[in-house]
Amino acid sequence: MTPKLVPIAALLAAALASPAAFAQKKYDPGANDKEIRVGNTNPYSGPASAYGTIGKSIGAYFKMVNDQGGINGRKVVWISYDDGYSPPKTVEMARKLVEQDQVLFLFQTLGTPSNTAIHKYMNAKKVPQAFVATGATKWNDPRNFPWTMGWQPNYQTEGRIYAEHILKNNPKAKIGILYQNDDYGKDYLNGFKDGLGAKAASMIVKEVSYEVTDPTVDSQIVQLQASGADTFFNITTPKFSAQAIRKAYDTGWKPTHYLNNVGASVGAALKPAGLEKSVGLISTAYYKDPLDPQWKDDPSVKAWEAFMKKYYPEGNLADQSNMYGYTVAQTLHQVLKQAGNNLTRANIMKQAASLKDYRPETMLPGIRMNTSFNDYAPIESEQLIRFDGQQWQRFGPIIGK
Amino acid sequence: MTRRQLIPIAGLLLAACALPLLVSDYRVFQFNLVLVYAIALLGLNLLTGYNGQISLGHGAFYAIGAYCAAILMDKYGVPYWATLPVAGAVCLLVGFLFGLPALRLEGLYLALATFALGVSLPSLLKYHHLEKWTGGVQGIVITKPEPPFGLPINADQWLYYFTLAVAIVMFLLAWNLLRGRVGRALVAIRDNHIATEVMGVNNAMYKSLAFGVSAMYTGVAGALGAIAIQYVAPDSFNIFLSIVFLVGIVVGGLASISGAIYGALFIQFVPNIADEISKAAPWAIFGIFLIGFVYLMPMGVAGAVRMAVARLQRKAQNGK
Amino acid sequence: MDAFLHQVLAGLATGGIYASLALALVMIYQATHLVNFAQGELAMFATYIAWSLINAGVPYWPAFFLTVIFAFVLGVVIERVIIRPVEKAPVLVVVVVFIALLVILNSVAGWIYSYTIKTFPSPFPAEPVFGKYMSAHEAGAIGVTLVVLLLLYAFFRFTPLGLAMRAAAQNPESARLVGIRVGWMLALGWGLAAAIGGVAGMMVAPIVYLDPNMMGGVLLYAFAAALVGGIDNPGGAVLGGFMVGVLENVLGAFVIGNELKLAVALVLIIGVLVVKPSGFFGKVFVTRV
Repeated sequence: MTPKLVPIAALLAAALASPAAFAQKKYDPGANDKEIRVGNTNPYSGPASAYGTIGKSIGAYFKMVNDQGGINGRKVVWISYDDGYSPPKTVEMARKLVEQDQVLFLFQTLGTPSNTAIHKYMNAKKVPQAFVATGATKWNDPRNFPWTMGWQPNYQTEGRIYAEHILKNNPKAKIGILYQNDDYGKDYLNGFKDGLGAKAASMIVKEVSYEVTDPTVDSQIVQLQASGADTFFNITTPKFSAQAIRKAYDTGWKPTHYLNNVGASVGAALKPAGLEKSVGLISTAYYKDPLDPQWKDDPSVKAWEAFMKKYYPEGNLADQSNMYGYTVAQTLHQVLKQAGNNLTRANIMKQAASLKDYRPETMLPGIRMNTSFNDYAPIESEQLIRFDGQQWQRFGPIIGK
Repeated sequence: MTRRQLIPIAGLLLAACALPLLVSDYRVFQFNLVLVYAIALLGLNLLTGYNGQISLGHGAFYAIGAYCAAILMDKYGVPYWATLPVAGAVCLLVGFLFGLPALRLEGLYLALATFALGVSLPSLLKYHHLEKWTGGVQGIVITKPEPPFGLPINADQWLYYFTLAVAIVMFLLAWNLLRGRVGRALVAIRDNHIATEVMGVNNAMYKSLAFGVSAMYTGVAGALGAIAIQYVAPDSFNIFLSIVFLVGIVVGGLASISGAIYGALFIQFVPNIADEISKAAPWAIFGIFLIGFVYLMPMGVAGAVRMAVARLQRKAQNGK
Repeated sequence: MDAFLHQVLAGLATGGIYASLALALVMIYQATHLVNFAQGELAMFATYIAWSLINAGVPYWPAFFLTVIFAFVLGVVIERVIIRPVEKAPVLVVVVVFIALLVILNSVAGWIYSYTIKTFPSPFPAEPVFGKYMSAHEAGAIGVTLVVLLLLYAFFRFTPLGLAMRAAAQNPESARLVGIRVGWMLALGWGLAAAIGGVAGMMVAPIVYLDPNMMGGVLLYAFAAALVGGIDNPGGAVLGGFMVGVLENVLGAFVIGNELKLAVALVLIIGVLVVKPSGFFGKVFVTRV
């Protein structure tokens, strides 16, 4: 058999064998009768340290799960190391987790370069690199990398959604783009340009980048305003989103403002910028923003708040990353539940690739996860949202699968 | 070198050779990185410790060496061992060219210039006109070399031995260089550059050459590092790397060859130890370790070892 | 032309940020002949203290002055406790201690306050000044920097204490001989630098938002600004800050694009330093052989 078909065949074989195997206990290194060891790397220090809270919220979630009796009677042992967003460190920590700590699999390793650095290694070692915390498109490649799976809607898809919206509503738009000069920013940019297709060159009048080490993006906003753009695609992380929103408003530039999902947090970006300055922002979402007043009485958000207060009290309730971590942890919870007593690495991937219309309640209504042996993208749908000064109003249909 | 000094060195070499056969692959990988950093730190020490020219940007040369190796292996199919001389040569040239205008700068100003180099290199690596070669923000993935001639060791062990061999050669070269005329000239320039100028030593040539050779060492280390990690990306080579290198040579011992090894062990393992001690603020623990080391051993670990050995020798002599 | 003016003004605004931190760097250099790489983190930490005070209900100006005092004390304590043991060590060892301070402060701030950004209030009104080009806060921050500069200048030039500090830094042996307590002069220098840094942080935070990595990017620019203006000249450092800010913005917008503007700005600055090694306004020191 050709190498590419082997992993699919293996998964198919496992699928066919599973009903009989379910009652039997099967373990790979990292799982036994008492525990399931899950490994992770997160940037707890360095330029991306703002995302470290994701690892902490996931750890807190599994503490809660363990307090409630664990999964199928087993406790989850969460081992998370700091990689400082530096790929060499990620490689070292991943090897430590797999070879020394003997974890069953890696979960939610964060960052595109970090995950790229261990991509080949994880697949060579046949250890799942599950639900990685990046929106790059390359994680949905089960033929070549059957042990790697993404989770969040990928950036290119989101970029395309905005492009299509512009083409439909303002085909003569003059577009200015601000993007973070790294993998994440460029991925959005490429998706956006793809979505505009042949009209990209004529519609985009200015493209400016910034580095994470830049103190402000004020100069970039001034450049975009000076270019005469009337539409603004803002690809920034929350700190810079806040700066961009505020500066655009202060200079009197009033474009149709599309903000990427990463920066669209009410607590982490819009409030610091000023809610009144954020009116009219368009973005997409797939889970509920904890600070959005429309979810004030929503039971799932309230459950999340109770979880945060009890298990992660030092976590910031305004930071939507904590909601993200909670939601993705629930996804893993589901996968581990589905795995039952067959805790082999192959079965973990198989269960991850068998999500059918699964949705944790903290996701937006109507959005659900689906995976299969040739579809390694769990979340492919998003909803367009518009900020009205108080909350993000959903509008339009759910876009995507 | 006296027979006395040869014994511990021989012992060390023996231990280094036996290591991969005794520990897990993960540890072999870590010690591989220790060797890589040792070569890099030796390079920096040549410039800053022996020649007194401060560099806050040596991470840039490490990056250039790494990218040389990656580009050659990925785009031109060059075998991994052949990338080392190229990386070395390119960095030698770049270092020398950087050293020339840097001649006019001293102390703080040189620090700024090298700092600028270290800070700007990632942006150059991401520059979209160079993306064709550097891979831009995506970086370049390279394959790990397999052991040749079907040797009964795995890839990690082979790479370790390869790196060890290169390290031994580079250390020998440096030792030879430093104990001769060149070494004396470099140290003399550091201690009193006016006197050396007056005495007819060609300061400019030695200082630029020091930059070049120092860059070459760090560049070769970068290439070896890239092969070990199997991935290069701009994020791997930010200014923090340059600062870590400086910390390494100070902790290890300025103007000392063995200092490079101690420093490499420090920068590879102490952050991990700090992470084990405190998940909440690991770099604070690292900082405390750092302060502790320089308080207790202001001459670096190498200096402290030297003093300890001297004290033991004196005791032995007094005892006679 | 309008765009150019706008960039220049935006550059002056960011330049004000660099200038304020550059002042702190110059201050510590004048007192100790060392550049303190941890200055940015000290400033950031002081700003977090201010944030805690304001969050606890203390009004802005009392919190401001309490923070300045706290920063001063922190600087003095750091000098006496952490720096004093390595006073006699080689320069690079002291630099490593600075680096250690930097990582410790950054890590502790992240641990106590988390890494999500926080807003920091501004004492200035919210309406923009100069039309839409510069906010009132940015103009106010520049004003505050200039006031601090004037105070510093007056302190060094006209007070006996300032004179004593300069003497202690330039020639510690002779200073001791005339009865100056050199050790305490150094501590005072650190305290003042930390206090200035605290002011800088509180002026910068409303613009860039408060997070532990707030000062990281600023430090490099401040360093360059201080050197280009003359590391021993506070006025030069402030001017250097504005120059760097405007240069960076103009380069990014009109010359080389945003990707390389930092690299090119630094190359230009180093070019200046190669030609004029003491910076624009620094004193040229002639050493006798």
